[in-house]
Amino acid sequence: MTILEESWVLSPAVALRPEPFGALAYHFDNRRLTFLKTPALVAVVRALGEHDTVGAALERAGVPAAQHAAYADALEGLALTDMIRPQRQEAIA
Amino acid sequence: MTAVQERLVAPLPLVEQFERGLDAPICLTWELTYACNLECAHCLSISGRRDARELTTAQCEAVIDELQRMQVFYVNIGGGEPTIRPDFWHLLQYAVDHQVGVKFSTNGTRLTPERAAFLASTDYVDIQVSLDGATAEVNDYVRGPGSFEMAVQALENLQAAGFRDAKISVVCTRHNIGQLDDFKALADRYGATLRLTRLRPSGRGADVWDDLHPLPEQQRVLYDWLVANGDGVLTGDSFFHLSAYGESLPGLNLCGAGRVVCLIDPIGDVYACPFAIHDEFLAGNLLSDGGFQAVWQTSALFTGLRQPQTGGACATCSFYDSCRGGCMAAKFFTGLPLDGPDPECVQGHGAAALLGERTVPASTQDHSRTTPGRNQPVMLQLSRRDDVAVPPVPACAESPLAGFLPTREESAT
Repeated sequence: MTILEESWVLSPAVALRPEPFGALAYHFDNRRLTFLKTPALVAVVRALGEHDTVGAALERAGVPAAQHAAYADALEGLALTDMIRPQRQEAIA
Repeated sequence: MTAVQERLVAPLPLVEQFERGLDAPICLTWELTYACNLECAHCLSISGRRDARELTTAQCEAVIDELQRMQVFYVNIGGGEPTIRPDFWHLLQYAVDHQVGVKFSTNGTRLTPERAAFLASTDYVDIQVSLDGATAEVNDYVRGPGSFEMAVQALENLQAAGFRDAKISVVCTRHNIGQLDDFKALADRYGATLRLTRLRPSGRGADVWDDLHPLPEQQRVLYDWLVANGDGVLTGDSFFHLSAYGESLPGLNLCGAGRVVCLIDPIGDVYACPFAIHDEFLAGNLLSDGGFQAVWQTSALFTGLRQPQTGGACATCSFYDSCRGGCMAAKFFTGLPLDGPDPECVQGHGAAALLGERTVPASTQDHSRTTPGRNQPVMLQLSRRDDVAVPPVPACAESPLAGFLPTREESAT
Protein backbone atom coordinates (compact mmCIF):
# COMPACT_ATOMS: atom_id res chain seq x y z
CA MET A 1 0.00 0.00 0.00
CA THR A 2 1.36 3.43 -0.86
CA ILE A 3 0.67 6.67 0.95
CA LEU A 4 -1.95 7.39 -1.75
CA GLU A 5 -4.27 4.80 -0.20
CA GLU A 6 -3.64 5.90 3.39
CA SER A 7 -5.41 8.51 5.54
CA TRP A 8 -3.26 11.45 6.61
CA VAL A 9 -3.83 14.84 8.21
CA LEU A 10 -1.88 18.03 8.81
CA SER A 11 -0.18 17.76 12.20
CA PRO A 12 -1.90 19.90 14.86
CA ALA A 13 1.53 21.25 15.89
CA VAL A 14 2.04 22.75 12.43
CA ALA A 15 1.05 26.23 11.24
CA LEU A 16 1.01 27.17 7.56
CA ARG A 17 1.88 30.73 6.58
CA PRO A 18 0.85 31.70 3.04
CA GLU A 19 3.69 33.06 0.89
CA PRO A 20 3.84 34.04 -2.81
CA PHE A 21 5.45 30.70 -3.75
CA GLY A 22 3.17 28.49 -1.62
CA ALA A 23 3.54 28.36 2.13
CA LEU A 24 5.94 28.19 4.98
CA ALA A 25 5.22 25.34 7.40
CA TYR A 26 6.40 25.63 10.98
CA HIS A 27 6.25 22.79 13.48
CA PHE A 28 5.92 24.23 16.98
CA ASP A 29 7.17 21.10 18.75
CA ASN A 30 10.22 20.10 16.74
CA ARG A 31 10.72 23.69 15.49
CA ARG A 32 11.36 22.65 11.94
CA LEU A 33 10.69 25.04 9.12
CA THR A 34 9.72 23.64 5.72
CA PHE A 35 8.70 25.31 2.49
CA LEU A 36 5.78 24.05 0.44
CA LYS A 37 6.78 25.26 -2.97
CA THR A 38 3.48 25.21 -4.88
CA PRO A 39 0.01 26.53 -4.00
CA ALA A 40 -1.45 23.18 -5.14
CA LEU A 41 0.60 21.29 -2.55
CA VAL A 42 -0.55 23.72 0.13
CA ALA A 43 -4.18 23.08 -0.85
CA VAL A 44 -3.63 19.31 -0.71
CA VAL A 45 -1.92 19.43 2.69
CA ARG A 46 -4.66 21.61 4.16
CA ALA A 47 -7.39 19.30 2.88
CA LEU A 48 -5.79 15.95 3.78
CA GLY A 49 -7.86 15.49 6.92
CA GLU A 50 -11.14 15.92 5.06
CA HIS A 51 -10.51 12.88 2.88
CA ASP A 52 -10.29 9.18 3.59
CA THR A 53 -7.22 8.79 1.38
CA VAL A 54 -4.41 10.95 0.10
CA GLY A 55 -5.42 9.94 -3.43
CA ALA A 56 -8.90 11.37 -2.92
CA ALA A 57 -7.43 14.63 -1.64
CA LEU A 58 -5.21 14.89 -4.72
CA GLU A 59 -8.13 14.26 -7.07
CA ARG A 60 -10.27 16.80 -5.26
CA ALA A 61 -7.46 19.39 -5.56
CA GLY A 62 -7.30 18.72 -9.29
CA VAL A 63 -3.77 17.28 -9.32
CA PRO A 64 -3.34 15.31 -12.59
CA ALA A 65 -2.87 11.55 -12.12
CA ALA A 66 0.54 11.74 -13.76
CA GLN A 67 1.76 13.90 -10.86
CA HIS A 68 0.37 11.75 -8.04
CA ALA A 69 3.64 9.87 -7.55
CA ALA A 70 5.57 13.12 -7.20
CA TYR A 71 3.06 14.39 -4.65
CA ALA A 72 3.30 11.07 -2.80
CA ASP A 73 7.09 11.55 -2.55
CA ALA A 74 6.65 15.09 -1.30
CA LEU A 75 4.10 14.02 1.33
CA GLU A 76 6.34 11.19 2.51
CA GLY A 77 9.04 13.81 2.99
CA LEU A 78 6.66 15.87 5.10
CA ALA A 79 5.73 12.77 7.13
CA LEU A 80 9.39 12.24 8.10
CA THR A 81 9.38 15.46 10.13
CA ASP A 82 5.83 15.02 11.50
CA MET A 83 4.44 17.84 9.36
CA ILE A 84 1.63 15.42 8.50
CA ARG A 85 0.45 12.42 10.54
CA PRO A 86 -1.65 9.29 9.97
CA GLN A 87 -5.28 10.14 10.74
CA ARG A 88 -5.64 7.11 12.97
CA GLN A 89 -2.69 8.15 15.15
CA GLU A 90 -4.15 11.63 15.42
CA ALA A 91 -7.53 10.21 16.49
CA ILE A 92 -5.86 8.21 19.29
CA ALA A 93 -3.74 11.16 20.36
CA MET B 1 15.40 13.63 -3.60
CA THR B 2 13.88 13.58 -7.06
CA ALA B 3 13.75 16.69 -9.21
CA VAL B 4 9.97 16.80 -9.05
CA GLN B 5 9.88 16.51 -5.29
CA GLU B 6 12.50 19.22 -5.08
CA ARG B 7 10.01 21.43 -6.87
CA LEU B 8 7.25 20.72 -4.38
CA VAL B 9 8.89 20.68 -0.96
CA ALA B 10 12.15 22.24 0.10
CA PRO B 11 13.77 22.51 3.49
CA LEU B 12 16.10 25.18 1.97
CA PRO B 13 17.05 27.02 -0.13
CA LEU B 14 14.66 29.06 -2.18
CA VAL B 15 17.26 31.65 -2.97
CA GLU B 16 15.51 33.53 -5.76
CA GLN B 17 12.22 33.65 -3.87
CA PHE B 18 13.92 34.87 -0.71
CA GLU B 19 15.78 37.60 -2.56
CA ARG B 20 12.42 39.05 -3.56
CA GLY B 21 11.30 39.10 0.07
CA LEU B 22 8.59 37.30 2.02
CA ASP B 23 5.29 38.55 3.47
CA ALA B 24 6.80 38.29 6.95
CA PRO B 25 10.36 37.67 8.13
CA ILE B 26 11.57 34.14 8.83
CA CYS B 27 14.17 35.29 11.28
CA LEU B 28 13.36 38.34 13.34
CA THR B 29 15.71 39.71 15.97
CA TRP B 30 14.33 41.98 18.66
CA GLU B 31 16.72 43.82 20.93
CA LEU B 32 14.63 44.53 24.02
CA THR B 33 16.97 46.96 25.74
CA TYR B 34 20.23 48.79 25.25
CA ALA B 35 20.98 48.35 28.95
CA CYS B 36 23.71 45.83 29.73
CA ASN B 37 25.76 44.74 32.72
CA LEU B 38 28.69 43.99 30.41
CA GLU B 39 30.63 46.17 28.00
CA CYS B 40 31.84 43.67 25.40
CA ALA B 41 34.45 45.12 23.11
CA HIS B 42 32.66 43.93 19.94
CA CYS B 43 29.04 44.72 20.91
CA LEU B 44 26.94 45.00 17.73
CA SER B 45 24.41 47.34 19.31
CA ILE B 46 26.88 49.58 21.21
CA SER B 47 24.92 48.78 24.36
CA GLY B 48 25.41 49.83 27.95
CA ARG B 49 22.82 52.42 28.98
CA ARG B 50 19.05 52.05 28.81
CA ASP B 51 17.33 54.36 26.33
CA ALA B 52 14.60 56.48 27.90
CA ARG B 53 12.44 55.89 24.81
CA GLU B 54 12.53 52.10 25.31
CA LEU B 55 9.22 50.42 24.38
CA THR B 56 6.89 50.02 27.35
CA THR B 57 5.46 46.68 28.42
CA ALA B 58 2.16 47.49 26.68
CA GLN B 59 3.96 48.51 23.49
CA CYS B 60 5.97 45.29 23.54
CA GLU B 61 2.78 43.26 23.98
CA ALA B 62 1.29 45.05 20.97
CA VAL B 63 4.34 44.09 18.91
CA ILE B 64 3.90 40.45 19.96
CA ASP B 65 0.21 40.59 19.00
CA GLU B 66 1.20 41.85 15.58
CA LEU B 67 3.86 39.16 15.16
CA GLN B 68 1.22 36.56 15.99
CA ARG B 69 -1.12 37.98 13.33
CA MET B 70 1.73 37.95 10.78
CA GLN B 71 2.59 34.35 11.78
CA VAL B 72 6.15 35.13 12.72
CA PHE B 73 6.63 31.81 14.46
CA TYR B 74 9.60 32.72 16.59
CA VAL B 75 11.68 35.69 17.52
CA ASN B 76 15.31 36.00 18.60
CA ILE B 77 15.43 38.28 21.60
CA GLY B 78 18.62 40.06 22.56
CA GLY B 79 19.91 43.41 23.72
CA GLY B 80 21.83 44.75 25.58
CA GLU B 81 21.10 42.13 28.19
CA PRO B 82 17.37 41.40 27.78
CA THR B 83 16.91 39.74 31.17
CA ILE B 84 17.72 43.07 32.83
CA ARG B 85 14.30 44.40 31.82
CA PRO B 86 12.01 43.94 34.85
CA ASP B 87 9.19 42.76 32.53
CA PHE B 88 11.40 40.31 30.62
CA TRP B 89 9.90 37.14 32.12
CA HIS B 90 6.39 38.48 31.61
CA LEU B 91 7.08 39.28 27.93
CA LEU B 92 8.64 35.85 27.46
CA GLN B 93 5.49 34.19 28.77
CA TYR B 94 3.27 36.57 26.78
CA ALA B 95 5.05 35.70 23.53
CA VAL B 96 4.88 31.95 24.14
CA ASP B 97 1.19 32.23 25.02
CA HIS B 98 0.63 33.97 21.66
CA GLN B 99 2.32 31.33 19.47
CA VAL B 100 5.50 33.35 19.12
CA GLY B 101 8.36 31.09 20.21
CA VAL B 102 11.29 32.80 21.88
CA LYS B 103 14.99 32.26 21.57
CA PHE B 104 16.82 34.69 23.77
CA SER B 105 20.49 35.55 24.04
CA THR B 106 21.96 36.25 27.45
CA ASN B 107 25.30 36.61 29.15
CA GLY B 108 23.80 34.53 31.95
CA THR B 109 23.55 37.23 34.57
CA ARG B 110 19.98 36.49 35.70
CA LEU B 111 19.85 32.74 35.12
CA THR B 112 19.59 31.78 38.77
CA PRO B 113 18.58 28.23 39.78
CA GLU B 114 15.00 29.53 40.27
CA ARG B 115 14.82 31.10 36.78
CA ALA B 116 16.42 28.01 35.28
CA ALA B 117 13.67 25.89 36.86
CA PHE B 118 11.00 28.19 35.39
CA LEU B 119 12.62 28.03 31.95
CA ALA B 120 12.84 24.24 32.11
CA SER B 121 9.08 24.17 32.57
CA THR B 122 8.27 26.20 29.43
CA ASP B 123 7.78 25.15 25.82
CA TYR B 124 8.97 27.12 22.82
CA VAL B 125 11.82 28.77 24.69
CA ASP B 126 15.42 28.46 23.52
CA ILE B 127 18.34 30.01 25.35
CA GLN B 128 21.63 31.14 23.91
CA VAL B 129 24.38 31.81 26.41
CA SER B 130 27.12 33.96 24.91
CA LEU B 131 30.69 32.80 25.37
CA ASP B 132 33.56 34.02 23.20
CA GLY B 133 36.32 31.87 24.62
CA ALA B 134 36.47 28.27 25.83
CA THR B 135 38.66 29.55 28.68
CA ALA B 136 38.22 32.55 30.97
CA GLU B 137 41.42 34.06 29.62
CA VAL B 138 40.22 34.17 26.00
CA ASN B 139 36.58 34.99 26.81
CA ASP B 140 37.13 37.73 29.37
CA TYR B 141 39.58 39.51 27.07
CA VAL B 142 36.65 40.67 24.90
CA ARG B 143 33.63 40.20 27.19
CA GLY B 144 35.15 41.56 30.41
CA PRO B 145 36.35 40.17 33.76
CA GLY B 146 34.09 37.57 35.37
CA SER B 147 31.97 37.02 32.26
CA PHE B 148 33.23 33.48 31.62
CA GLU B 149 32.40 32.36 35.15
CA MET B 150 28.95 33.97 34.90
CA ALA B 151 28.11 32.18 31.65
CA VAL B 152 29.33 28.81 32.88
CA GLN B 153 27.35 29.21 36.10
CA ALA B 154 24.23 29.88 34.02
CA LEU B 155 24.87 26.74 31.96
CA GLU B 156 25.30 24.73 35.15
CA ASN B 157 22.04 26.11 36.55
CA LEU B 158 20.16 25.28 33.36
CA GLN B 159 21.52 21.75 33.28
CA ALA B 160 20.78 21.17 36.96
CA ALA B 161 17.20 22.37 36.44
CA GLY B 162 16.69 19.93 33.57
CA PHE B 163 16.60 22.53 30.79
CA ARG B 164 17.61 20.61 27.71
CA ASP B 165 19.60 21.69 24.71
CA ALA B 166 20.65 25.22 25.60
CA LYS B 167 22.86 26.86 23.00
CA ILE B 168 26.37 28.15 23.59
CA SER B 169 26.76 31.08 21.21
CA VAL B 170 30.30 31.94 20.15
CA VAL B 171 31.52 34.83 18.04
CA CYS B 172 34.54 33.49 16.17
CA THR B 173 37.68 35.57 16.64
CA ARG B 174 41.39 35.34 15.99
CA HIS B 175 41.83 34.21 19.60
CA ASN B 176 39.27 31.41 19.73
CA ILE B 177 39.48 29.69 16.33
CA GLY B 178 42.01 27.36 17.97
CA GLN B 179 39.42 26.41 20.60
CA LEU B 180 36.68 25.01 18.36
CA ASP B 181 37.06 21.47 19.70
CA ASP B 182 37.16 22.84 23.25
CA PHE B 183 33.89 24.71 22.66
CA LYS B 184 32.31 21.51 21.37
CA ALA B 185 33.51 19.65 24.47
CA LEU B 186 32.12 22.42 26.69
CA ALA B 187 28.75 22.20 24.93
CA ASP B 188 28.73 18.41 25.31
CA ARG B 189 29.50 18.73 29.01
CA TYR B 190 26.38 20.87 29.55
CA GLY B 191 24.13 18.94 27.17
CA ALA B 192 24.12 22.05 24.99
CA THR B 193 24.45 22.72 21.27
CA LEU B 194 27.29 24.83 19.96
CA ARG B 195 26.46 27.86 17.82
CA LEU B 196 29.23 29.70 16.01
CA THR B 197 28.72 33.08 14.38
CA ARG B 198 30.79 35.51 12.44
CA LEU B 199 32.48 38.56 14.01
CA ARG B 200 31.02 41.62 12.30
CA PRO B 201 32.73 45.03 12.16
CA SER B 202 29.43 46.54 13.37
CA GLY B 203 28.81 48.71 16.41
CA ARG B 204 31.75 48.66 18.81
CA GLY B 205 33.03 45.80 16.67
CA ALA B 206 34.25 48.45 14.22
CA ASP B 207 36.90 49.46 16.75
CA VAL B 208 38.32 45.98 17.30
CA TRP B 209 37.61 44.17 14.04
CA ASP B 210 41.11 44.73 12.63
CA ASP B 211 42.63 43.00 15.66
CA LEU B 212 40.00 40.31 16.23
CA HIS B 213 38.72 39.05 12.90
CA PRO B 214 40.09 35.62 11.96
CA LEU B 215 43.22 35.58 9.82
CA PRO B 216 42.92 34.12 6.30
CA GLU B 217 44.47 30.79 7.32
CA GLN B 218 42.10 30.65 10.33
CA GLN B 219 39.12 31.11 8.01
CA ARG B 220 40.16 27.92 6.25
CA VAL B 221 40.45 26.11 9.59
CA LEU B 222 36.97 27.33 10.51
CA TYR B 223 35.50 26.30 7.15
CA ASP B 224 36.99 22.80 7.36
CA TRP B 225 35.72 22.45 10.92
CA LEU B 226 32.21 23.54 9.92
CA VAL B 227 32.15 21.11 6.99
CA ALA B 228 33.37 18.26 9.23
CA ASN B 229 30.80 19.01 11.95
CA GLY B 230 27.89 19.73 9.59
CA ASP B 231 24.47 19.84 11.17
CA GLY B 232 25.86 19.18 14.65
CA VAL B 233 26.78 22.84 15.01
CA LEU B 234 24.54 25.86 14.45
CA THR B 235 25.80 28.93 12.61
CA GLY B 236 22.81 31.25 12.12
CA ASP B 237 23.82 30.82 8.45
CA SER B 238 26.39 33.54 9.11
CA PHE B 239 29.38 32.03 7.29
CA PHE B 240 28.06 31.98 3.76
CA HIS B 241 31.06 34.03 2.62
CA LEU B 242 33.12 30.89 3.35
CA SER B 243 31.12 28.88 0.82
CA ALA B 244 33.38 30.31 -1.89
CA TYR B 245 35.99 27.77 -0.68
CA GLY B 246 33.97 25.16 -2.54
CA GLU B 247 31.28 23.10 -0.85
CA SER B 248 28.33 25.19 0.36
CA LEU B 249 27.68 25.18 4.09
CA PRO B 250 24.29 23.98 5.37
CA GLY B 251 21.58 26.65 5.54
CA LEU B 252 20.74 29.81 3.70
CA ASN B 253 23.71 31.04 1.67
CA LEU B 254 22.66 34.60 0.97
CA CYS B 255 22.26 37.95 2.68
CA GLY B 256 18.71 37.97 4.05
CA ALA B 257 18.74 41.61 5.17
CA GLY B 258 15.32 43.19 4.66
CA ARG B 259 14.24 40.12 2.68
CA VAL B 260 13.83 37.32 5.23
CA VAL B 261 15.61 38.93 8.19
CA CYS B 262 15.33 42.18 10.11
CA LEU B 263 15.84 43.74 13.52
CA ILE B 264 13.57 45.68 15.88
CA ASP B 265 15.61 47.80 18.28
CA PRO B 266 14.62 48.77 21.86
CA ILE B 267 12.89 51.99 20.79
CA GLY B 268 10.96 50.36 17.92
CA ASP B 269 13.29 51.30 15.08
CA VAL B 270 13.34 48.61 12.38
CA TYR B 271 16.70 47.89 10.73
CA ALA B 272 17.52 45.59 7.81
CA CYS B 273 19.50 43.15 9.95
CA PRO B 274 20.96 42.74 13.45
CA PHE B 275 24.41 43.66 12.16
CA ALA B 276 23.30 46.90 10.54
CA ILE B 277 22.15 49.22 13.32
CA HIS B 278 22.92 52.40 11.38
CA ASP B 279 20.76 55.14 9.84
CA GLU B 280 21.72 53.85 6.40
CA PHE B 281 19.75 50.65 7.10
CA LEU B 282 16.88 52.12 9.12
CA ALA B 283 13.58 51.23 7.45
CA GLY B 284 11.28 53.05 9.86
CA ASN B 285 9.84 52.99 13.37
CA LEU B 286 6.96 50.72 14.32
CA LEU B 287 5.42 53.36 16.60
CA SER B 288 5.50 56.25 14.14
CA ASP B 289 5.22 54.44 10.80
CA GLY B 290 2.07 52.39 11.24
CA GLY B 291 3.31 49.23 12.91
CA PHE B 292 5.82 46.50 12.13
CA GLN B 293 3.88 44.97 9.25
CA ALA B 294 3.68 48.31 7.42
CA VAL B 295 7.42 48.87 7.81
CA TRP B 296 8.28 45.30 6.73
CA GLN B 297 6.01 45.28 3.71
CA THR B 298 6.15 48.86 2.41
CA SER B 299 9.27 50.72 3.58
CA ALA B 300 11.36 52.21 0.78
CA LEU B 301 14.55 50.66 2.16
CA PHE B 302 13.21 47.08 2.24
CA THR B 303 11.53 47.47 -1.13
CA GLY B 304 14.91 48.51 -2.53
CA LEU B 305 16.72 45.56 -0.93
CA ARG B 306 14.22 43.20 -2.59
CA GLN B 307 15.06 44.39 -6.10
CA PRO B 308 17.28 42.10 -8.16
CA GLN B 309 20.95 42.59 -7.24
CA THR B 310 23.54 42.76 -9.97
CA GLY B 311 26.55 41.44 -8.09
CA GLY B 312 28.52 44.53 -9.09
CA ALA B 313 32.27 43.97 -9.03
CA CYS B 314 31.65 40.38 -7.90
CA ALA B 315 29.46 39.48 -10.90
CA THR B 316 32.38 38.19 -12.95
CA CYS B 317 33.75 36.03 -10.10
CA SER B 318 33.16 32.33 -10.64
CA PHE B 319 32.27 31.93 -6.95
CA TYR B 320 29.51 34.56 -6.95
CA ASP B 321 26.78 31.91 -6.91
CA SER B 322 28.31 30.41 -3.75
CA CYS B 323 28.72 33.52 -1.60
CA ARG B 324 26.52 36.05 -3.46
CA GLY B 325 28.91 38.85 -2.55
CA GLY B 326 28.98 38.13 1.17
CA CYS B 327 27.69 40.22 4.07
CA MET B 328 26.28 43.69 3.42
CA ALA B 329 27.01 44.90 6.95
CA ALA B 330 30.62 43.68 6.86
CA LYS B 331 31.16 45.68 3.68
CA PHE B 332 29.41 48.80 4.92
CA PHE B 333 31.17 49.02 8.27
CA THR B 334 34.61 48.53 6.73
CA GLY B 335 33.89 51.31 4.23
CA LEU B 336 33.72 49.00 1.19
CA PRO B 337 31.16 49.39 -1.63
CA LEU B 338 28.03 47.26 -1.10
CA ASP B 339 28.21 45.80 -4.60
CA GLY B 340 31.81 44.65 -4.22
CA PRO B 341 33.58 41.85 -2.36
CA ASP B 342 33.16 41.03 1.33
CA PRO B 343 36.17 42.24 3.40
CA GLU B 344 36.83 38.61 4.32
CA CYS B 345 36.32 37.25 0.79
CA VAL B 346 38.12 33.91 0.82
CA GLN B 347 39.27 34.41 -2.76
CA GLY B 348 41.33 37.38 -1.55
CA HIS B 349 39.33 40.12 -3.29
CA GLY B 350 38.39 41.70 0.03
CA ALA B 351 41.97 42.05 1.25
CA ALA B 352 42.79 43.93 -1.93
CA ALA B 353 39.74 46.17 -1.55
CA LEU B 354 40.66 46.98 2.07
CA LEU B 355 44.01 48.37 0.88
CA GLY B 356 42.26 50.93 -1.33
CA GLU B 357 40.80 54.27 -0.33
CA ARG B 358 37.86 53.92 2.04
CA THR B 359 36.14 55.71 4.89
CA VAL B 360 34.73 53.73 7.80
CA PRO B 361 31.27 55.19 8.58
CA ALA B 362 30.72 56.73 12.01
CA SER B 363 28.06 55.09 14.18
CA THR B 364 24.68 56.85 14.33
CA GLN B 365 23.71 55.70 17.83
CA ASP B 366 25.80 54.99 20.91
CA HIS B 367 24.50 53.61 24.19
CA SER B 368 27.92 52.87 25.66
CA ARG B 369 28.40 53.89 29.26
CA THR B 370 29.78 57.36 29.63
CA THR B 371 32.20 56.15 32.29
CA PRO B 372 33.71 52.67 32.20
CA GLY B 373 32.14 50.16 34.58
CA ARG B 374 33.97 47.46 36.50
CA ASN B 375 33.18 44.89 33.82
CA GLN B 376 34.83 46.73 30.97
CA PRO B 377 37.30 44.49 29.18
CA VAL B 378 40.91 45.61 29.29
CA MET B 379 42.23 44.75 25.87
CA LEU B 380 45.92 44.73 26.62
CA GLN B 381 48.24 41.99 25.58
CA LEU B 382 51.88 41.36 26.35
CA SER B 383 53.76 41.29 23.09
CA ARG B 384 57.08 42.28 21.53
CA ARG B 385 57.68 44.93 18.96
CA ASP B 386 59.22 43.40 15.90
CA ASP B 387 61.41 46.44 15.29
CA VAL B 388 63.13 46.32 18.67
CA ALA B 389 65.72 43.62 19.07
CA VAL B 390 66.88 44.23 22.64
CA PRO B 391 65.20 45.63 25.75
CA PRO B 392 65.59 49.37 26.25
CA VAL B 393 68.41 50.38 28.58
CA PRO B 394 68.18 53.49 30.75
CA ALA B 395 70.57 56.12 29.53
CA CYS B 396 72.39 56.24 32.88
CA ALA B 397 73.19 52.53 32.71
CA GLU B 398 75.01 52.91 29.43
CA SER B 399 78.73 53.39 29.22
CA PRO B 400 79.71 57.02 28.65
CA LEU B 401 81.90 55.69 25.87
CA ALA B 402 79.04 53.77 24.15
CA GLY B 403 79.23 54.16 20.42
CA PHE B 404 82.70 55.74 20.64
CA LEU B 405 85.13 53.79 18.55
CA PRO B 406 88.56 55.44 18.69
CA THR B 407 90.57 55.28 15.50
CA ARG B 408 94.27 54.57 15.35
CA GLU B 409 95.02 58.09 14.13
CA GLU B 410 93.16 59.66 17.02
CA SER B 411 94.82 57.46 19.62
CA ALA B 412 98.22 58.23 18.13
CA THR B 413 97.98 61.92 18.89
